Amino acid sequence: MAEQQQVFHLPDVGEGLTEAEIVKWRIRPGDSVAVNQIIVEIETAKAVVELPCPYAGSVKALHVPEGEIVPVGSPIVTILVTAKADEREPVLVGYGVKTDHEVHRRPRKPGIQQDIAPTSPARAKPLVRKLAKELGVPLDSVTPTGADGVITRADVLGSTRNGHSTSPAAAPNGRDDRQPVRGVQRAMADAMVRSAFTAPHVTEWVEVDISRTLDLVIRLRANSAYEGIKVTPLTIVAAAVIHAVKQYPRINSTWMESSQGAEIVTHSEVHLGIAADTPRGLLVPSVKAAGSMQLPQLARGIHTLIETARAGRSTPADLTGGTITITNVGVFGVDGGTPIINPGESAILAIGRILDRPWVVDGAIVVRPIMQLSLSFDHRVIDGALGSRALVSMANFLTDPAVEMVPAHATE
Amino acid sequence: MADERVSAVQLLTPEGQRVAHPEYDINLTDAELRGLYRDMVLVRRIDTEATALQRQGELGLWAPCLGQEAAQVGSARAMAPNDFAFPTFREHGVTWCRGVAALDMLAILRGISNGGWDPSLHRCGPYSIVIGAQVLHGVGYAMGVQFDGAEDVAVTYFGDGAMAQGDVNEAFVFAASFSAPVVFFCQNNQWAISQPSDRQGNIQLYERANGFGFPGVQVDGNDVLAVLAVTKVALERARSGNGPTLIEAYTYRMGAHTTSDDPTRYRLAGELETWRLRDPIERLKAYLARQGIADRSYFDQIEQEGEKLAEQIRDGVRAMVPPKPESMFDDVYSEPHARIDEQRAEMLEYLASFEDAGG
Ligand SMILES: Cc1ncc(C[n+]2csc(CCOP(=O)(O)OP(=O)(O)O)c2C)c(N)n1
Ligand SMILES: [Mg+2]
Repeated sequence: MAEQQQVFHLPDVGEGLTEAEIVKWRIRPGDSVAVNQIIVEIETAKAVVELPCPYAGSVKALHVPEGEIVPVGSPIVTILVTAKADEREPVLVGYGVKTDHEVHRRPRKPGIQQDIAPTSPARAKPLVRKLAKELGVPLDSVTPTGADGVITRADVLGSTRNGHSTSPAAAPNGRDDRQPVRGVQRAMADAMVRSAFTAPHVTEWVEVDISRTLDLVIRLRANSAYEGIKVTPLTIVAAAVIHAVKQYPRINSTWMESSQGAEIVTHSEVHLGIAADTPRGLLVPSVKAAGSMQLPQLARGIHTLIETARAGRSTPADLTGGTITITNVGVFGVDGGTPIINPGESAILAIGRILDRPWVVDGAIVVRPIMQLSLSFDHRVIDGALGSRALVSMANFLTDPAVEMVPAHATE
Repeated sequence: MADERVSAVQLLTPEGQRVAHPEYDINLTDAELRGLYRDMVLVRRIDTEATALQRQGELGLWAPCLGQEAAQVGSARAMAPNDFAFPTFREHGVTWCRGVAALDMLAILRGISNGGWDPSLHRCGPYSIVIGAQVLHGVGYAMGVQFDGAEDVAVTYFGDGAMAQGDVNEAFVFAASFSAPVVFFCQNNQWAISQPSDRQGNIQLYERANGFGFPGVQVDGNDVLAVLAVTKVALERARSGNGPTLIEAYTYRMGAHTTSDDPTRYRLAGELETWRLRDPIERLKAYLARQGIADRSYFDQIEQEGEKLAEQIRDGVRAMVPPKPESMFDDVYSEPHARIDEQRAEMLEYLASFEDAGG
């Protein structure tokens, strides 16, 4: 038994993935680990995946910080292993075989030069392509000598000696920044394209005097039932949306296509999506069963949901299953917009910044805090009349939450 | 079962209570019951280890059978030694029962073996990735058995998604027309990748057998006793010349479609929780414990056996030696073949151009 170091390289966990982001380490240097203990979460183009540790021992070093994207095959962690003697370094399927000795290669004997014009694209066998890539030789700059115009290994080596480029094709210009689109960004792009080009969007908006909403927020913050809970205007907006769904259930529904035709599924519960700006990009986690919650519970639910999303800990379940969404664009200092509906839902409400504005009350101009509500809805599901009524219901709620929150019969 | 659509044969409830069925029954010795438990636990252990090894870069891909152990073990243990199984890529429980070594299952998914095992030795075909293809192979084999006047039966495995494949439906027609000795064993695991099985047709899968002219039966696929009982009847029916049966084992794929798939994108966590309560291993364990057929020390012993097996798999996979590249020509034809010899020579020459001349 001898102590020994083992390096774990980032595997290809999909089929043909080339890179992944290190999302979260579950271990720290010095920790002891067991075989198959989950040590890290990575995000690939396909999924967030947990990696189990192949070795038992203690963590010597983490080689990649969280948030960094590394190519498949990169060393990510070193483990000090108390190993059985004579353990070979594993052969990793995802990125080729590790051999004990480097094979010395001799250039292929040039074949008979044939009079064939180089075909496009350049033809070469996989190992030759790999070699060209390693040496930074663009294949289409190489003159093929192989049968049928195929580029041989010798051709590639010969072309480096002839002073061809030895670095990867230079960037077309020094300024443009190219970022591959992947992970959350990719998911967002796909979802938005899908929604924008299948659901006919209509957006309507209305301005609301929210002084009573702000009063309510202040009163709730002082109320003992809300101790330790972060109450914000968003909390009351969430209650307004749920209230509107109770009056107009159709705004909380899904357009479903199937082989039998289309169906509109009106959901019996409200799973309230809240768009959150996180370090990983736009995420829309949802508060599950928000429609059945009391206000304190709802406030707490929204708060933890956003905190979890910002900390990058939203689970796939958090991020799916929403039925209607709120997006707070006011935090960026804008008044409103035409939000795109989250796929699978039928409406989204954008709330703008809160600004003191001149407002006419009983014939006099007074200063009031004003907020704009913009509601986008899917016109296949919700017509203009319904969309307008639902939006006005939300506006009325925010204008006078106390009246709207108390069931009508209680005030009679 | 909780689903009202389902009228499946059941002999063991999810709580591990033995119940009677008017048509099907089974009597097993205590040792046989313990054997079924051991099979399922070890298959699950192989499956979880292989999934972990894929995550560690040791396998290119793995298709987990998690949750389907009873359907696979129950049906495969019903077979006689000379019967022949035709599995898909997910049937690790079937290949296990046919005596295939776990490492041979993994070698294919490591990309270093084209077949994994000798089909005639284990009387079990190679993993078929092409959906439905093995169902035709199975029927062809069964028709061959018929021509030989033998008494063996072919059991072909496939999924709910495969029921929509042309190959599978053609195989049904042939088997029915010739009364071929074959059992069609469909694991309805509720999903064909991201497509739910209830979106794949308007009637239940087993009912389709009617239209082809042979019986169809639905069985609780998470109940190993019921699966064993139903498969035995179908095998005897085929063996005695009465033709095929379609068995729909109603079960659930608890894992991802393959390690390349992320099921959280298309199904809700609640669904998995529901099926966890119907876990095939837990219910047999509850039954064995309640009946005093096995106790804690037996369960521990099997678990330890599983850990040992997992360790052997880990070490064995890493020690696997990639085959020589030219070995891919070996099994194309059973006899020497000029064109293949030519291709082999061409490849060897090409590879030789990379070799060391001594400096
Ligand atoms: C002929 C063919 N078509 C498509 C595929 C791609 N494919 C792989 S698995 C699968 C779904 C199979 O579903 P099911 O039959 O229910 O089996 P399960 O995966 O659930 O075990 C598909 C479409 C394939 N392998 N072969
Ligand atoms: Mg299926």
